[in-house]
Amino acid sequence: MSGEYIAQQIVNGLILGSMYALVAIGFSMIYGIIRLINFAHGDVVMIGAFLTLGLLQVAGAPFLIVALVVLIASAIVGILIEKGAFRPMRGAPQVTGFIASLAVSIMLQNLGILVLTAQPRNFTFPDYLQKVINMGGVSFRAVDLVIMLSALTLMCALILLVNKTKLGMAMRATAENIDVARLMGININRTIMATFAMGSALAGIAGLMWGGKFGQIDPLLGFVPGLKSFVAAVIGGVGSIPGAILGGYVLGLSEVLFVGLLPPIYSAFRDAFVFSTLILILLIMPNGILGKPMEEGT
Amino acid sequence: MESNMLKVDDIHVYRGETYVLQGVSLNVGQGEIVALIGANGAGKSSMLRTISGLLRPKSGGILYRHHQHAEEIDISRIPAEQIVALGISHCPEGRGIFSQLSVKENLLIGAYLRKDKNEIRQNYQRICKIFPILDERANQTAGSLSGGEQEMLAVGRALMSRPKLLILDEPSLGLGPIIVENLFKVLQNINAQGVTILLVEQNAVMALDYANRAYVLENGRVTLSGPSNELARDQKVRDAYLGGV
Amino acid sequence: MNQSRNRLVFLALILLGIGFVALVRSTVNEYILSIINFVGIYIILAVSLNITNGFTGLFSLGHPGFMAIGGYVTAILTFPVSRKSMFLELPQWLANLEMPFFPASIIGGVCAAMMALVVGLPVLRLRGHYLAVATLGFLIIVQVLITNWDSVTRGPLGLNGLPAITNLWYVYPWVVVTVYVAWKIKFSSYGRSMLSIREDDMAAQCLGVNLFRTRVAALVIGAFFAGIAGGLWAHLVTAITPTSFSLILAFYIVVMVVVGGAGSISGAFIAAIIFSVLTEIFRPLEENLDVYGIGEIFTAAILILILIYRPQGLFGSREPGFLLTRDTQ
Repeated sequence: MSGEYIAQQIVNGLILGSMYALVAIGFSMIYGIIRLINFAHGDVVMIGAFLTLGLLQVAGAPFLIVALVVLIASAIVGILIEKGAFRPMRGAPQVTGFIASLAVSIMLQNLGILVLTAQPRNFTFPDYLQKVINMGGVSFRAVDLVIMLSALTLMCALILLVNKTKLGMAMRATAENIDVARLMGININRTIMATFAMGSALAGIAGLMWGGKFGQIDPLLGFVPGLKSFVAAVIGGVGSIPGAILGGYVLGLSEVLFVGLLPPIYSAFRDAFVFSTLILILLIMPNGILGKPMEEGT
Repeated sequence: MESNMLKVDDIHVYRGETYVLQGVSLNVGQGEIVALIGANGAGKSSMLRTISGLLRPKSGGILYRHHQHAEEIDISRIPAEQIVALGISHCPEGRGIFSQLSVKENLLIGAYLRKDKNEIRQNYQRICKIFPILDERANQTAGSLSGGEQEMLAVGRALMSRPKLLILDEPSLGLGPIIVENLFKVLQNINAQGVTILLVEQNAVMALDYANRAYVLENGRVTLSGPSNELARDQKVRDAYLGGV
Repeated sequence: MNQSRNRLVFLALILLGIGFVALVRSTVNEYILSIINFVGIYIILAVSLNITNGFTGLFSLGHPGFMAIGGYVTAILTFPVSRKSMFLELPQWLANLEMPFFPASIIGGVCAAMMALVVGLPVLRLRGHYLAVATLGFLIIVQVLITNWDSVTRGPLGLNGLPAITNLWYVYPWVVVTVYVAWKIKFSSYGRSMLSIREDDMAAQCLGVNLFRTRVAALVIGAFFAGIAGGLWAHLVTAITPTSFSLILAFYIVVMVVVGGAGSISGAFIAAIIFSVLTEIFRPLEENLDVYGIGEIFTAAILILILIYRPQGLFGSREPGFLLTRDTQ
């Protein structure tokens, strides 16, 4: 096994990890603020991917505009999901929210099937993004570079927003104690809505990237990355944004290395590997790498 | 009595299935310190939470005016996040500081609704003068403070909204006697500068010492009320809340 | 007195059931018959999941995983020896084994229950939505393993051409057994421990309930019936693939339990009938009008509405009065 091969695998892992990290951030933020494991979060990835397809290939809009529209539209989708399903059952047991999110997920997937049919669709980015770059034996496409850099940029922007702005401060305060946050004059409905909007915007962009990376999308596409990003959030410590980012890269790298370094016969078991890791982490270190102690659900 | 600032009129409050306040009325005058004393579970915290809007009464009204010439308004149906803008600041049970936020952020979040940047800065400096330790620890996370420091932070944070009425839920809880004494002196100073104070205390001795008037709450009802010095002499109060001294 | 009334009610229900089965078999066509079989299987699934989710409050999404185990074990055991060697590479003793359906399905159920024990011992330390996610992980792991264990399961192709053994005389006795066991558990001291765990596990523990053992028991009992249902399913459809038992199925069973009322046997029973009939109504609609997915959307919408407006479900955790005797009230 050559050094170049391993370097190539690491680059692939970082690309996958960037996408997991973007989705995991939303999982973690939403969990952090209302203790909800939002199963429907992965389906926002699917919506982002189809929006990209529509805008880029059908409407022929320029790439940057497409990215911007996807960002905003996904945020709106997140807001609608929160308003429609989760706000009316705020205060209910955690499991209730989780079942509801499962229902929302199944609804979105089947709306996708209803409107777009279950047929996978091909997806191509503009030529200049498909160009192959070769650096010291490691080759990747321009789109891979765009994925990694824009994921990093978005994550930095989000961390700044959460740590340096008044809205971010309100979000962190609400995550800690909803009642006291209200006593400070914080409108928690608006704060929770903002959290869904931000998390979903990142998930939508991850959908754009997913399409660009794998070249084919269908209405069920969000399921697996959604679940895996949840695993990433748990690895990093659910509720923590840096944890979600770290968890995303750790999962992306280990998944690619699992497939790349072990004999091919094992690669079919990659999903089993990911979910065994999830169960193990929940049992052994439920707070993840960077998380704070979490309260037990009822 | 001076003109009323807060008039709670026969409120009935449920917490889930539990009937916690069964027709409570009380008054707080402009510039007073009023104490609410009573055993655990008597409904003291529920009273405060109802005033600040975290609980909603089934019936009854809460009339409030922020200064003596203002119109009285009923705040019993206004949500908590809007009540703070009317000049009522509630320093909750267990202090409720945001332990992951820095000390400075905790203070600034107290001024969340205010837009006057310069005055917020002045306010911040004034609070740092009252509690110098908060200035020293401005960039630490609030969770790293000691109990007494956290209480100062909670009071400081409540003052950052420039309240007319400051509501405190057991400020002395878990603190040593010297710290409690100092804290009450600070509260007295704040009161002297025109802030009306309504406080709930387990430490009845201290509360009756500093308050102008007090109410005794038992099982969701007011059973006694009057000037503090009179209550402190009352035999029933002495037996039940002052350790029989 | 109460005991005997209780028995009378059950006897009456069983006789009613036998009459129903006999009547149905002689009157309706194959298609309706298969729907009635499916309804029975769904009742077994919903009532048994109710033991786990409803009584004890363990939110498990792993039910289809246990079904898959029961289904595959039963199918491999009943598969004719002559065809077994063509498809599968099994150890000698298994390749030469061909069992009648009934013992095979019992073995399937026991295997599912044993798997529940193995999985439950570590995983049941988790609670609430973390348990739900872990059981979902289990479901996916089961699917991946079945898909890749070619020599025994034929991988993604699955096993087809299974003997079509399942009929009403197999399904409905199992329905009766499931309901009877669930009922017995619910109104025993064991059932009360389960319900107390659901309400407040700390308090239950203080009262001397062995939390962990009761939790594991609830999962294992539920899994046994899921395994049985898996066997029935496989020999009704006459085929079994790794995707037969997926998350969407878990979702449907959960919907039945939640809509019926977590903890209510009658609720799960009725909700199972309603939703499995609804699915069958939607299927031709979807095919004829080309509106695939509309059934799932509709079901999901109902679930969300129930969770918002009636989170305790139709029956709460109660049973209708006419089924109760004084000592069960």
